[in-house]
Amino acid sequence: MDYFLTEEQQMIKDLARQVAEERLKPVRAEADEKAEFSWEVVKALREADLFGLYLPEEYGGLGGGVFELCLAVEELSRVCGGLSLSLAATALATFPILLFGTDEQKKKYLPAIATGEHLAAFALTEPEAGSDAGSTRTTAVADGEDFVINGRKCFITNGGVADVCTVIAMTDRSKGSRGASAFIVEKGMPGFSVGKDEDKMGIRASSTTELIFEDCRVPRANLLSREGMGFIVAMKTLDQSRPGVASQALGIAQGALEAAVEYARTRRQFGKPIASFQGLQWILADMATQVEAARALTYAVARMIDAGGKNISRPSAMTKLFASDMAVRVTTDAVQVLGGYGYMKEYPVEKMMRDAKITQIYEGTNQIQRDVIAAQLIKESASRRDK
Amino acid sequence: MNIIVCIKQVPDTTEVRINPETNTLVREGVASIINPFDLYALEEGVRLREARGGKVTVISMGPPQVEAALRETIALGADEAVLLCDRAFAGADTWATSYTLARAISRLEHFDLVICGKQAIDGDTAQVGPGIATLLDIPQAACVRKIIEISGEAIRLERMVEEGYEVLEGRLPMLITVVKDINQPRLPSLKGKLKAKKAEIPVWGADALEADPERLGLKGSATQVVRIFSPPARGGGELFTGEAAEAAAGLIAALRKAGVVSAGPGSSS
Repeated sequence: MDYFLTEEQQMIKDLARQVAEERLKPVRAEADEKAEFSWEVVKALREADLFGLYLPEEYGGLGGGVFELCLAVEELSRVCGGLSLSLAATALATFPILLFGTDEQKKKYLPAIATGEHLAAFALTEPEAGSDAGSTRTTAVADGEDFVINGRKCFITNGGVADVCTVIAMTDRSKGSRGASAFIVEKGMPGFSVGKDEDKMGIRASSTTELIFEDCRVPRANLLSREGMGFIVAMKTLDQSRPGVASQALGIAQGALEAAVEYARTRRQFGKPIASFQGLQWILADMATQVEAARALTYAVARMIDAGGKNISRPSAMTKLFASDMAVRVTTDAVQVLGGYGYMKEYPVEKMMRDAKITQIYEGTNQIQRDVIAAQLIKESASRRDK
Repeated sequence: MNIIVCIKQVPDTTEVRINPETNTLVREGVASIINPFDLYALEEGVRLREARGGKVTVISMGPPQVEAALRETIALGADEAVLLCDRAFAGADTWATSYTLARAISRLEHFDLVICGKQAIDGDTAQVGPGIATLLDIPQAACVRKIIEISGEAIRLERMVEEGYEVLEGRLPMLITVVKDINQPRLPSLKGKLKAKKAEIPVWGADALEADPERLGLKGSATQVVRIFSPPARGGGELFTGEAAEAAAGLIAALRKAGVVSAGPGSSS
């Protein structure tokens, strides 16, 4: 379907595809098998200027927005949903600085992120605080010119490879959800270390680790926005980043769809290509329709965000919810279409099925997304009724 | 360093088909690409500029559509590009092509190094690089796989020969042709593509080159392509089947019969 991309957007999409085909595809199977992060892929993304897509030109970026980022993440994820995360998760972690950073903070951190010299990680999740972000236990205590952070974050994407982390910690437990603050923590700051490296079902080429804070001293200048704004920073960040997860899911599903159609055309059973059987045609048609619907929704929401749309929480949650649920269905169907071969690691679809699953879980589980959507629906209905 | 890279736009010959009636290349629907060896040449030039400063200028002789290929080289890191395009250049063999490119190079400012790909994948002659060097009267090295060092005007490099490689020392300005072992070409960058979009690519014709019209194009060609054909398919050979020992014995017997191997000790025939 034609989405009437501008020339520049088409350039981004084509280049991301070229990088994906020539640099990600040859290494994806081994990176998945060995659960190895690839600095070679990071280098290729850097050389293509993809890290700066969504960052302002004044900080060395290309001046694009969420939509441009989504185009690139989709193309990279079409080849590997794990390798694309060095970019996608860095963007998630950078939105807090982009949305809430002072000019000094932006000048200090954004240029190196824009060139890909520095990767970033967003540290919200804890062992006792997943969907229940309010149960955050990591604390940040003011001490003179610094804050001292203590606690443990887990399941942090890019945790083992990030130079910059945006961390949510409680500065005032008594204030509940208004008691958290957001900080920029740099690799190498004393008291900040990387813990356990997780062994995952999918997206195995991405780094997922614990982050440990033991009397980690962070200067006051690294506080983002104001004390107490932590959860607002997190929520606004997630509003902007959800289309990115949707794009990852979309890309994975697209790769699976293409693999399924190609296989069905060439695999012969009962004297014919299996693509000539209506049962399989219907499966493929449903897969393709679902992918396109997810794409249309994701692109519309990304464009809305970039155009400065208000009330983006609901559409943003919807696109993440829809695209991720779709990706899990489509990749499972793709394995089914490939049959026995689909189950074997020799073919790419079983990895796509394993990779897709996480998109229903991270950056807000799909259950939380439904909570967000329902809450907005009810609020909007109530405010209409009151008129 | 002032570096000049020569490129050629060629059909993507992995896709090529011969028209059985006319015995010529079917060019319709075949994508045009930058000759793969030339991408390695360009990459080497860009790496040298990144290490030492200077400029990379890319030139190419061809029809107007070659401008797209030259823009691509800017997206890949070239600073400037020039298209040599004129009806008079058409039909050129490697001799006339070498002359045209050499004329263009001599009209560019002083250069230190000319880099070409080893050969074009459509012509496969590997003659133009050496031809240009000869006409410019500069030293040349073909099939270069590594530039070891450049110090002032002195250059040391490795070039492939059939059994291995030679280490050569030369003096700039010089021309080299490169093989794929020399580097891994980069992919274009977005900043490069945006720069390429805006770039001005001058077109030079025969007049701009102040070229001798007798040495251009078909007129200036000492050779002409008369016919391109697919060689006839070779007949099948003899197939030896059965158990390995049995098949091997049959093979040896046939080789002996053909006089390829002599009857040796322990022969069973």
